[in-house]
Amino acid sequence: MRPNGRERSSLRAAAALVVLAALAAPGSGRAAEPAPRKLAVAASANLRLVLLELAGAFERRNPGVTVEPTYGSSGLLQAQIGQGAPFDLFLGADRESAVRLGAAGHARGEPFHYATGRLVLWVAAGARVDPNVLGMASVANPAIKRIAIANPDVAPYGAAAVQAIRSAGLQDVAKPKLVLGESILQVVQFAQSGNAQAAFVPWSLALVPPLAAQGRYVVVPPGSYPPIEQYGVVLGRARDPRLAEDFVTFLLGTSGRTILERHKYALPTN
Amino acid sequence: MDVDALRLSFTLAALTTAALLVIGLPVAAWLATSRWRWKPFVEAIVGLPLVLPPTVLGFYLLVAMGPMSPFGRAWISAFGRPLAFSFEGLLIASIVYSLPFAVQPFAAALSAVDPRLVEASHTLGVSRLATFFRVSLPVAAPGVVAGAVLTFAHTLGEFGVVLMVGGNIRGETRTLSIAIFDAVEQLDYATASRTALFLLALSFAVLVVTYSLRRRPVLG
Repeated sequence: MRPNGRERSSLRAAAALVVLAALAAPGSGRAAEPAPRKLAVAASANLRLVLLELAGAFERRNPGVTVEPTYGSSGLLQAQIGQGAPFDLFLGADRESAVRLGAAGHARGEPFHYATGRLVLWVAAGARVDPNVLGMASVANPAIKRIAIANPDVAPYGAAAVQAIRSAGLQDVAKPKLVLGESILQVVQFAQSGNAQAAFVPWSLALVPPLAAQGRYVVVPPGSYPPIEQYGVVLGRARDPRLAEDFVTFLLGTSGRTILERHKYALPTN
Repeated sequence: MDVDALRLSFTLAALTTAALLVIGLPVAAWLATSRWRWKPFVEAIVGLPLVLPPTVLGFYLLVAMGPMSPFGRAWISAFGRPLAFSFEGLLIASIVYSLPFAVQPFAAALSAVDPRLVEASHTLGVSRLATFFRVSLPVAAPGVVAGAVLTFAHTLGEFGVVLMVGGNIRGETRTLSIAIFDAVEQLDYATASRTALFLLALSFAVLVVTYSLRRRPVLG
């Protein structure tokens, strides 16, 4: 007896239901595995490398958890969060952004200070200017045609660079050479492609290739610009607030601090 | 509104359009008449900027303009500064990026020209070049104008490529679309909306002009 057309289609429907049920209840047959949990982090671009390591360490410690970072400028991320972007946690590059998110009713709990950024001046090897000898005065050297900084209007690292240049009394010679990246990652691109011979970047990005391979850097005197105090905040829209809070505890704890320190961020005293 | 950015965007769009008339018309004329077997490859290259994400195209251009490419090195040794972050660099990038917006309508208009007109001109002893300017081009004029207008509008609204190779320098590489982006990033939505509204109205007007040109009969 072969099933007729109607029976065949109802068989097919039953099979589809079984597949759907299996998809809807993943791991139901393997009760030992923890349910997958996701943490969506809206992060400032300067965190690109350190957050990768922080996320890896947090995931190893919490099986089943995936940390999904999205990088962007604080302004763009704030606009997206304001329009309901599904982020659980915001990690900014300044204090203002996190506070503003709180004031706009998008935060859960208080903003927290997790790191203080440190700025370095990177100079391309090809420019034959040694920043370790010349320091900030490197930017005045004629071999430096273009200096890449993040847009000071939107990026705290860019604002810090402008202030550091001013403190060194070099604004007149440096200003015509400045080119602005929309984020610190674009600053790295300008430097990496050889179009800018000098760049002001977070220390963590100068430690590794491509910048480490293509040039040298000197730490910008910390007193010459206002401290880049980086604040974060758990977002009101968080789907799994406890997971977001666990990550914050991890970030502010010994493991998080060790990783931040290895990436040359200064740590808040608490 | 950022007047410097406005002026810069218009200058860039006008020069890009002019350059693409000069470069695009011969390419389009060749595409419209050639029976070369590798022609699809040329057409594909011309069309690539339509498909490539502008930031990817921009990144390639950034690398090509830098000291890592022979072209970039030659430019730097000739002019003493890299092409990136300069108005000239932006112009070259815009020409590449808007190439299909000029060449494709040009080629479509030129291939619609009745070959009998061209042949008649040839049999009367008029040279190929003179035939192009006196017969083909006037007949194809609405399509050529449409292509030029589209190129202008497209360059005016160009963002990704400018972002990648421009470096956001006031009066040199900060175009209208970059100014809008900056305003949004600074959460200054009032300025962003004003500038964007202006761009929207202008683009709308440009498209209305383009489409009314297309509707006009080719031969009156």
